[in-house]
Amino acid sequence: MRRIVIISFLLVGAFFTSASTAEGPSSADRNGRTAGESQTDRLVNARLARLGIPPADLCSDAVFLRRAYLDVIGTLPTEPEAREFLQNEDPGKRTALVDQLLARDEFALYWAMKWSDLLRVKAEFPINLWPNAAQAYHRWILTSLRENKPYDQFVRELLTASGSNFRAPAVNFYRAVQGRQPQSIARAVALTFMGCRAEKWPKDRLENMAIFFSQVGYKSTAEWKEEIVFFDAGKSLAAATQPASLSATFPDSTTVRLTGDRDGREVFADWLVNPKNPWFTAAIVNRTWYWLMGCGLVQEPDDFRPDNPPGDPELLAYLQKELVASHYDLKHIYRLILISEAYQRSCVPKSADANAAANFACYPLRQLEAEVLIDAVCQITGSTEKYSSAIPEPYTFIPQDVRSIALPDGSITSSFLEMFGRSPRDTGLESERNNRPTAAQRLHLLNSSHVLSKIEQSRKLQALIQSRANPRELATSLYLMILSRFPTEEELQVVLAYSPSGVPKRRGTAMDLTWALINSAEFLYRH
Amino acid sequence: MSIDDLLEQLGAIGTSPVSRRALLRGGLLGAAAFVLAGGQRRASAATPATASSPATASAPAGKKTATSIIQIWMWGGPSQLDTFDPKPDAGYDYCGPLNSPIATNVDGIRIGELLPLLAKQADKYSIIRSMTHGINAHETAAYMVQTGRAPGERLVYPGVGAVVSLFKGYDAGYRSLIPPYVVLTELQGRFSEAGFLGAKYTPFATGGDPAQARFSVEGIIAPNLSDQRQQDRRELLNKLDGFAQQMKDDPQMKGLAAAEHQAYEMILGDAGKVFDLSQEPDDVRDRYGRNTFGQSCLVARRLVERQVPYITINSKGWDTHKQHFQTMRRKLPEMDKGLATLLQDLSDRGLLDTTIVWWSGEFGRTPRVQWEPPWNGGRGHWGDAFCAVLAGGGFRGGAVVGATDAKGEQVKERPVYPCDLIASLYERMGIDPAATLPNPEGLPIRLSPTAAEGVKTNGRLKELL
Repeated sequence: MRRIVIISFLLVGAFFTSASTAEGPSSADRNGRTAGESQTDRLVNARLARLGIPPADLCSDAVFLRRAYLDVIGTLPTEPEAREFLQNEDPGKRTALVDQLLARDEFALYWAMKWSDLLRVKAEFPINLWPNAAQAYHRWILTSLRENKPYDQFVRELLTASGSNFRAPAVNFYRAVQGRQPQSIARAVALTFMGCRAEKWPKDRLENMAIFFSQVGYKSTAEWKEEIVFFDAGKSLAAATQPASLSATFPDSTTVRLTGDRDGREVFADWLVNPKNPWFTAAIVNRTWYWLMGCGLVQEPDDFRPDNPPGDPELLAYLQKELVASHYDLKHIYRLILISEAYQRSCVPKSADANAAANFACYPLRQLEAEVLIDAVCQITGSTEKYSSAIPEPYTFIPQDVRSIALPDGSITSSFLEMFGRSPRDTGLESERNNRPTAAQRLHLLNSSHVLSKIEQSRKLQALIQSRANPRELATSLYLMILSRFPTEEELQVVLAYSPSGVPKRRGTAMDLTWALINSAEFLYRH
Repeated sequence: MSIDDLLEQLGAIGTSPVSRRALLRGGLLGAAAFVLAGGQRRASAATPATASSPATASAPAGKKTATSIIQIWMWGGPSQLDTFDPKPDAGYDYCGPLNSPIATNVDGIRIGELLPLLAKQADKYSIIRSMTHGINAHETAAYMVQTGRAPGERLVYPGVGAVVSLFKGYDAGYRSLIPPYVVLTELQGRFSEAGFLGAKYTPFATGGDPAQARFSVEGIIAPNLSDQRQQDRRELLNKLDGFAQQMKDDPQMKGLAAAEHQAYEMILGDAGKVFDLSQEPDDVRDRYGRNTFGQSCLVARRLVERQVPYITINSKGWDTHKQHFQTMRRKLPEMDKGLATLLQDLSDRGLLDTTIVWWSGEFGRTPRVQWEPPWNGGRGHWGDAFCAVLAGGGFRGGAVVGATDAKGEQVKERPVYPCDLIASLYERMGIDPAATLPNPEGLPIRLSPTAAEGVKTNGRLKELL
């Protein structure tokens, strides 16, 4: 029995290797596996076995390298980074890479971008934070991620902050909601930290939760566009039926009395970040899983409700337990997922089962995010993007070495970012970011002056052409820079045989190869 | 082309009284003629041609449904007093040097003195002088005027263009490779046109400048790249794109392949030629004015000829806090020439009956000139009263709707709210105002808001319909 399995594995492997350009020879048997099967894998694999879905092979080192860089730090590996990893013989190199990436500063930049989507960090319309406050808020998020602030503390600080929008940046949580009624705030809290769409709740649940946020006060100061968010004890109590106290009910139906001496937001935060509160931990570990694996255990990741249960409740519970045990260390959850076999599978499915990807039998293809894509093109060509903001006057110009993933303010944007589905940061829903391909995107990458001039006018590519006399070496460098892998012999032959019309062969070939690789599906997708 | 394709393109399957079998008997040419005749008969019997669309309202008898909208967006807010609501009796503090409005070819209608060509076309358009929403901030006002709603809770509503793209674009049988919603030349930037409808309904922005010798439409017409080199590159890409081959059954890869096919049809096929203004005679280009606005109007006409349902021309520079009158003297003649020629040209080509031209900004400007520093002769934002102009597409021409007071500051008669004008556009386009909009929350959202939703409305523009 065992021999049959191995033979069929080899046959399938041989088939895919011969058909594959992306995967190359698999080194899965040599490295990448963690010592023993992890609990994550035990659970994922048991479920796949129950469903009769065979998991895909582990991905090659080259695929893993590229995937881990893009998923963990939103950044393409450079040519030297790619060479070093691919030539490294250490069997533990995948886990070592995960640890390196989690420690890099781009980790904070990239995930601050994601959090800024969810927290709606945007100067203007319909979220009116105003530029200075958007910058301050982004910086606060970025710093929290740099310090790896425990997640419970991160949320508590957001929920209980008081002070100036410029000087106590976390208060902007209460300004980045489209309405300032207690219900609007409660809805944003439910969506962001509980993964719930409160409009699907029974109506009184939202109304009761809103009472905790009914004493949030706002006042302006003498400084232009400064706004103080504070605990306004008298605000709601005045209207309450019982003087000096107010009855409020948590979403789990526990009722408490709010007295004027303690901010209702603190009372709510105590309830929310309690390790026993299943909503809080489930929402964040599920989001993290969704971010890395492309599909949540609960999908959509911000639509928890009784009639949308997790596909694998045991796995969700395991991750929740790990989060609490690690004192809310989100990097620990990232790491658990990244070093699992479930994460390291090939995108080439072994099963035609429509549920294969949703049960993590293979890695799902996803188009690169707008910011990551343009950063990658800039890195390859050694170019930069120009961003500016028309408000307030005088205009703000973002320094050219700032990467697109590091843009603090959703109102600072470009037609490229819009076209490739950057989140408008209007609602805080994960689905606001749109990574679906459109003809306009293809037109832009294939043929726009924006992308073509980045390639044609690239000094970095010009220098590379001059320094690599051997056409094979030149092509190899371009493959490593763009696709993070060595070219196959067949690919090299195609490149060597290519002769573009009307331009010098050497330079023309390098330009056209760069263009072709940037336009290949292998480049445009996480895979 | 098969008969099924032909029928489908004619929008006739399922609605035509002609059976497929009858068509086969009659032969292809006869069939096509039959279906076309049927289409015309249906149209003249006052049923909209796109009867298969779920969101089709009945049009009034004797009028064809409009099929395209050209939205001329005056970004920044154009001055109502200096364009379509002159108040020469209000004095220098209000009129500045522009105090001599001119008569038009319609008795009793006068417009600003810098619009002499539009004055000769007043029978083709109607002026709404009583637009109002009371908002003086660009973003909120622009959102109001283009969605009909005030910004509110979690949902961000789509603008008119995205809605038309939903009901008249690819979901409704539109087949052209030219996107159904085209913006000349730049997106507005601060306002997400598609709102909750999402990226699929985002307009295609051309980029480039149609007034340049070569209108480099971003992505379609690349400078300095021959067709042969395009072909070479495409072959190289095909040979090296092994990953796409290997994963070709993945839905993501199918979507990418379809998008790429469409892109190359635009780059190398005929569709992209719509942007090639060298195909137009020089005198036509001259008539529109050899500037970005004028040539954008010409491109808009070419797009309408190819049945593109929604085109926006974003004209910038109307936020005239300072140097207001100098700017008017520079910009209004360009606008006058481009817009007047567009109306005449559409009319001459028989396209004006089915093409709505909608001219508006997000608000008007302070009727009283701000002579004091730092403005030194500017006009500020004014949402209480402003003008919109509607032409073609079945709207009556030569009329004025509403009126403002003697100084143009407040609406005196017949206030028109943005949602009233928008509902009228939808009515002429045959889009049912009671249709619902798909949205991420799955809520039952009515296309046109009602007073019951707390939206100010004074009814659609019956005067012009």
